[in-house]
Amino acid sequence: MAAWIRKPDEFEVAPNLRDYASARAAFSWERARASLSGLPEGRGLNIAHEAVDRHLGGPRADHCAIRWLGREGEVRAFTYRELAAATNRFANVLAALGVAAGERMFVLSGRIPELYVGVIGALKHRCVVSPLFSAFGPEPIATRMEIGEGSVLLTTTTLYARKIAALRPRLPTLRHVLVVRDDPADTIPDGALDLVALLAEAAPAYEIAPTSPEELALLHFTSGTTGRPKGAMHVHEAVVAHHATAGSALDLHTDDVFWCTADPGWVTGMSYGIIAPLTHGITLIVDEADFDAERWYGILERERVSVWYTAPTAVRMMMKGGSGAAKARRFSALRFIASVGEPLNPQAVWWGMEAFGLPIHDNWWQSETGGIMVANFAAMDIRPGSMGRPLPGIDAAVVARREDGGVTEITEPDREGELALRRGWPSMFRGYLHEDERYRKCFVGDWYLTGDLVRCDADGYFWFVGRADDVIKSSGHLIGPFEVESAFLGHPAVAEAGVIGKPDPVAGELVKAFVALKPGFEGTDALRRELLAFVRRQLGTAVSPKEIAFVAHLPKTRSGKIMRRLLKARELGLPEGDTSTLETPS
Amino acid sequence: MTLTPDQLRQALVESILDVAPEADMGTVRPDRPLRAQLDIDSFDFLRVLEGLHARTGIDVPEADYGKMETLESSLAYLATRLAGS
Repeated sequence: MAAWIRKPDEFEVAPNLRDYASARAAFSWERARASLSGLPEGRGLNIAHEAVDRHLGGPRADHCAIRWLGREGEVRAFTYRELAAATNRFANVLAALGVAAGERMFVLSGRIPELYVGVIGALKHRCVVSPLFSAFGPEPIATRMEIGEGSVLLTTTTLYARKIAALRPRLPTLRHVLVVRDDPADTIPDGALDLVALLAEAAPAYEIAPTSPEELALLHFTSGTTGRPKGAMHVHEAVVAHHATAGSALDLHTDDVFWCTADPGWVTGMSYGIIAPLTHGITLIVDEADFDAERWYGILERERVSVWYTAPTAVRMMMKGGSGAAKARRFSALRFIASVGEPLNPQAVWWGMEAFGLPIHDNWWQSETGGIMVANFAAMDIRPGSMGRPLPGIDAAVVARREDGGVTEITEPDREGELALRRGWPSMFRGYLHEDERYRKCFVGDWYLTGDLVRCDADGYFWFVGRADDVIKSSGHLIGPFEVESAFLGHPAVAEAGVIGKPDPVAGELVKAFVALKPGFEGTDALRRELLAFVRRQLGTAVSPKEIAFVAHLPKTRSGKIMRRLLKARELGLPEGDTSTLETPS
Repeated sequence: MTLTPDQLRQALVESILDVAPEADMGTVRPDRPLRAQLDIDSFDFLRVLEGLHARTGIDVPEADYGKMETLESSLAYLATRLAGS
């Protein structure tokens, strides 16, 4: 049995969730909802109001909401009052452009202040916000904007020139492109608007219109094994879960300085890198720059970060450099570290103890759940390698799918099955946009089936085992093999492609492609390079393969489906398992 | 190893092109963040450094990654590493 990390009886800051069993028993989503404000005069519930405006009448109004750290060392800070005015201006910009409630605004940008202002401002205007990762190439961007029928895009001059300009003909629904200059010397391209100028002209007052808690607020794209990316739809009521889970699983307190290192291009960076900490009225750190261990240690120390939410890949990259650099610093304010994105290996949990004097608390959730579902809590003993226990308000179970389409709950400890969550928490997705069938398939009776295989031990701790499908998890990001395979097929030399996640000690998995060539083509290094360039140009670095191998043909079922499981077993030198459905190569 | 500034630049560019063969080095602004301009993530960057090491023998310690923010700063930094080795 894995060793425990025991928690002390006394904490300097008393954890929000002190006693797990009694907290679960006392919890109700109605009470969680009551700790938020709601729009004035019973006009409903709006995420942006809970995140920003509701603090204006109280002591948090002049508290620092966002402390933004620029790449080159510049700092910009916004109080809640300033953030309210800036986001009001943004909402007024949308209003002046004639953008209506319910229209989709996509965001493709690095971590610049205007991104944060834009997301909250658009929610005020009751637009649906859909984040794109700035390292997506044109193809993933176009696919998502087509499905989401985006009418507004917030981006920067560089990203516009590199990824959007050439796509415009494919995006007929896109009416307004709001760009921010990456460099003061940049010119605003034709067909785009200067966001900073528009904000300066807009009025700083805006009243949020009545918002139903069930109104769409966020659209998070996620990947399945087959087909196009799925747009998981979330409603304004999700903020109830954002707020409550940040209190229980991240232990946020009023005086915290919180740093979530996830990019808002992904769901973590939206739920916990923007919304949840602001609903708590605390100070949020935003770093524009990419991962750099020294820089990160400097931020943790200098900004007096007290709660830090990061990802296994970052932790493992820090581990590679050893704990010396961390030990040379004094993280005097740091009291809680959490991680999400993929399972955190026990070594990384222990490394936290060595480098920071604190364990790293793994937790689990996904785009569909909208918020943290299973976590290692501040006051709870940790079993390193486990994702922890379900949050108050969340019922989790291990289930087995039956042939008749139902599921059977597995109550015996340590037996593998699929992680299932009882439907009904506020941030549960309300559908996949235009894909009712795929949505319905996620549920059996009262259970939402997560697609993750887990086991639950006798103490009620959940352990991640693997994915039930072929989806790849690289640096915490979900990548659909089909999207990558499709990109290869556009090349004249490629007959077929199969894509798997190859285990990697730092990234968790790396995308590896197996490519079978058409007759007359030879798998040379030059062709490999050409194919790499070909797919990177379409997909961008976040989704592209890091390795390409040529094969004579791909293993397929008799019905013609690529057996990625077999490709993976061969890659790892593992037994090939059941190959009874394997097509015999002719 | 002695390398001229041009050779050093070429070694860096070749290492980048191994990882990101689609990169158009002609459009890179030398004083702006390099990785963002070329879509090079942290993992790609480590592989660029591996290629650079194979070509030049220069080993870049993790603590110095921040000195390789732009093409200009990377070349200046690598030159000092070369002089120091």
